[in-house]
Amino acid sequence: MTSVRTTEVRAVRGAHRRDVIEGADQRLWQWLTFAPALAMMLALSILPLANLFVTSFQDVAWVEGQPVRSWAGLTHYRALFDDELFGAGITNTVLFAFGAVTGQMVIGFALAVLCSKIGRGRVFYRAIFILPILIPGIVIGAIWKLMLNYDFGLANKLLGFVGIMPHDWLGSAETALLSVIIVDIWHWTPFCFLLFLAGVESLPQDVFEAAKIDGAGAWQELRYITLPLMIPTIIVTSAFRLILAFKVFDEVYLLTSGGPGTATEVISFTLYQRFFTEDKAGYGSAMSVAVIFLVSMLLVVALSARRRSEAAQ
Amino acid sequence: MIERAPRGPSSLPIHLALLVCAAIVLAPVVWTVAAGFRTQISLLMGDLTFTPIWSNFQEVLFSKTSDFLLNYRNSIIVGALSTALCVTVATLAAFSLNRTPWRRWVVQAFLAWTLVFHMIPPVALASAWFTMAHSVGLENTFAGLILAHATLNLPMAIWLMSVFVREVPKELEEAAIVDGASTPVLLRHVILPLIAPGLAATAILTFVFSWNEFAVALTLSMKQTATVPVAIAKYAQDFEIQYTQMAASAALAMLPALLVLLVAQRFIVKGLTQGAVK
Repeated sequence: MTSVRTTEVRAVRGAHRRDVIEGADQRLWQWLTFAPALAMMLALSILPLANLFVTSFQDVAWVEGQPVRSWAGLTHYRALFDDELFGAGITNTVLFAFGAVTGQMVIGFALAVLCSKIGRGRVFYRAIFILPILIPGIVIGAIWKLMLNYDFGLANKLLGFVGIMPHDWLGSAETALLSVIIVDIWHWTPFCFLLFLAGVESLPQDVFEAAKIDGAGAWQELRYITLPLMIPTIIVTSAFRLILAFKVFDEVYLLTSGGPGTATEVISFTLYQRFFTEDKAGYGSAMSVAVIFLVSMLLVVALSARRRSEAAQ
Repeated sequence: MIERAPRGPSSLPIHLALLVCAAIVLAPVVWTVAAGFRTQISLLMGDLTFTPIWSNFQEVLFSKTSDFLLNYRNSIIVGALSTALCVTVATLAAFSLNRTPWRRWVVQAFLAWTLVFHMIPPVALASAWFTMAHSVGLENTFAGLILAHATLNLPMAIWLMSVFVREVPKELEEAAIVDGASTPVLLRHVILPLIAPGLAATAILTFVFSWNEFAVALTLSMKQTATVPVAIAKYAQDFEIQYTQMAASAALAMLPALLVLLVAQRFIVKGLTQGAVK
């Protein structure tokens, strides 16, 4: 009896396995299709990171176009703790990322909910709102460098109409970071809007009809139906945006170059200066390793938070 | 059906709010393009009306001191080749990861690594890439920059293509295998036609991201291989900024974005939204 069942099971398993593998040819193609991606990631992400890690314990000098390396031990890592620019870079990046992404989430969500209420014209608004996503970051920087110019910028001109004195938005330490955040909100709110609109459009309609029959108002509908149902989309969108915001470089490079003082010093820009302006490859590598470590920590926290929220549902 | 209109707010104020936002999005772009058609004096005086002139564009495109046409060509070369490489590798990988019997941990480890890689600031990698390109003699060539851009966009391309590959019904694939189709035939004649729209969306986004990329292009390119964003950054960093020429070059750099927007809006929406909603 038992032996019959085992043979049956074995037969089923065997057939199943044949289905899955289908011979050596498929095995080969399984590898061939994966190999290019694996090779690229190994050669261009693992290898450079290993390179960075080794370099972070070294001093590099360029002699006649060739790198000359000498051992530096832990000095670079120790120096990180006293580097005020690095500290300022982290603080500013965190402020920038959370400020900008919060603004984008709130405005993007409000616009998406509004846009989902109208019957006609969605395609029209969507077309306009896609534009900033497609424009190069450096061009966004150029546009806003003109817009925020003290002498002739449109921003000061428009504010002049409502009686606000012209202000040097990028040149003064109090408003420089705020200005960069506002530019980023302008740049990326449309992206959040687009994702939220797609999310709202894909929500099941019967829930809303049931709520209407029960006499729910627009506000209650938003608070108790749309918002809870949209939480997965909100999490994904904000994670995506936070990642990009932590990498911000182009706009800062063009708008303020980290200044005035350290007002808009962000991590990417600090790294760029260490590597390419000051030519300190060893120290820059140590800083990169520290940044990558912080980023991975962030990822671990985010993933465990997601797991917990999934377990709660 | 229950009538929607009486309970929901009337749509006129909504349209007004959305129109104001559309104006906020469009105004800086339009104003900058217009600045490209003005004289420096007219811009500095801040008159609202002006007589459009072509000289800024002529200066940017055809003057002896400007390399803008070369930069434009470079951007097209780098964008097209890195996109071709990136989407090919990503499509194959998406098929392999989703439709062949890899162990779960292999797939998860690889995808987790693409996520970590996506989070690292490219500037942190640029120095190592520069050293590597130098040691194999690829500095100041397109090959280094093309490889770098393809790799930078690979995580996103793999995630997107995975979504599209998973949408292909498994039954179709099994039927093809029963009929004796080899893997290349299956890929070419069954899967590729079905994922073509998704592939187009991914390719368009990849090209746009390569066209827009600045940090790595700045560090891996020299005068002869510089791309458009690198050229624009130069305008802005001159000691005496030529504002109107900067505006003109910015307008020229936005042309592909406008073209893509007019021709392929549907694909972009698909590409941008697919990953997040599914």
